[in-house]
Amino acid sequence: MGAAFPLAVLALWELLSRGGVLAEDGFSRPSRFFVAGAKALADGTLLAQTAQTFGAAAQALVIATVAGVTVGAILGLFRPLERAAQLTIDALRPIPSVALIPLSLLIFGFSREMSAAVAAFACFWPILIVTTAAVRGVDPRLIEVGRLLAFPLPKIVLKLALPAALPGILVGIRVAAGIAIVVTVTTEIVTNPRGLGYAMTMAAESLQPDLVWATLLWVGVVGWAANWALEKLPIRR
Amino acid sequence: MLEARGLSVSFGAQPVLRDIDLTVAEHEFVCVVGPSGCGKTTLLRALAGLTPISSGSALFKGRPVIAPQTELAVVFQDYARALLPWRTVAGNVALALEARNIPASDHAARIAPLLAKLGLSGDGDKFPSQLSGGMQQRLQIARCLAQEPEVLLMDEPFGSLDAITRQQLQDEVARLAKEEKRTVLFITHDLEEAIYLGDRVIALARVKGNLAGRIAEIVDIALPRPRQQLATREDPRFLQYRHRLFRHLE
Repeated sequence: MGAAFPLAVLALWELLSRGGVLAEDGFSRPSRFFVAGAKALADGTLLAQTAQTFGAAAQALVIATVAGVTVGAILGLFRPLERAAQLTIDALRPIPSVALIPLSLLIFGFSREMSAAVAAFACFWPILIVTTAAVRGVDPRLIEVGRLLAFPLPKIVLKLALPAALPGILVGIRVAAGIAIVVTVTTEIVTNPRGLGYAMTMAAESLQPDLVWATLLWVGVVGWAANWALEKLPIRR
Repeated sequence: MLEARGLSVSFGAQPVLRDIDLTVAEHEFVCVVGPSGCGKTTLLRALAGLTPISSGSALFKGRPVIAPQTELAVVFQDYARALLPWRTVAGNVALALEARNIPASDHAARIAPLLAKLGLSGDGDKFPSQLSGGMQQRLQIARCLAQEPEVLLMDEPFGSLDAITRQQLQDEVARLAKEEKRTVLFITHDLEEAIYLGDRVIALARVKGNLAGRIAEIVDIALPRPRQQLATREDPRFLQYRHRLFRHLE
């Protein structure tokens, strides 16, 4: 059912293109970009670019999750620390992640790490903020249960606070996953000569609108699949 | 076993408990009864090491209680908040075994008899949300027993259960306390429940003027055990205790 709308759009698009309403050099047409996409898939370039882009995004998400959940849990548990950190967070968070591209390029050169570092910065904030709020919102009674069982603090965090906060943390990770893809592709379009973003830039510069469209739709499809996989993570609550 | 000596607790400038002296002997079942706001729960929390004491002391086996310890288990009234919703019934009991560093391979063998004792056999793989309120409270009690505490501190444990479930659990807790030879400090606002369960009933009341709770009276309950919901509550002595203690609740 959900596929009816995009399929109708593609059909209309094809018609308008064949009827000469949509300029072919910009809008290409669905039949052409499916052919271009199939060709890029078949010769392996699309898959290699996908591995590059989504590999960098995944790396960014893992780094941001580890850092964001760790710092967020600490800030969520200790109110005074949260207050102390507030100024630093408020000062760093508004920095646009893409503004870090030149710096990241200096540090990492043209590499997957360059994209991942910028994306990790962007993903860190939503995970940090959501984790802090989720851990702060954990029922104090659960923490007391841990204290009554004489668990040391790290065990209270791992066995009680984090599992109780997990549904909230997962929302943050899901939001960050989308950001990771956006920022990674951006770095590839702007500077980093690799991945799907660079592929689109190159295709556009060599006047291959069908390949630009094919790659763009492919990013959407793979991103959708990644989000679906994140939602299906077997986490019980 | 458990003692309060001149125990006072204040929240800021507000005194909550003043000069509480009480002793709970080994294997004794002591009930604390009082109107809401008299500091009953604060007393239990102070004895458990959860709430800091302003002056005086809480003692367990003669040693001051300054932090929670596994020998003292607390059964909270709001069982739903004290259970881990992401763990199964067995998993919730296992938490107490993990606290005692019992190897995971031994858990199943230790959990099964506890669940059986509390009528939860067959529910081990369910999640707390799939249990009724009474069953959830049984689960919390099972977890506390898995802790193998010497003292059970129970904070209005049946306060949010229906009357029938409450009576069943009263009898089961009375039986378990005697069978397992646990010492129990039981907080309630229900005078009849206190008399029915207790070897001794301590009435807390608020001091007029400064609102801090203090002990109004301590009564030994000389009713035979095992007690029975109908016969015990109709015993003339039961009614005398009720008359005698009732005035502290007004």
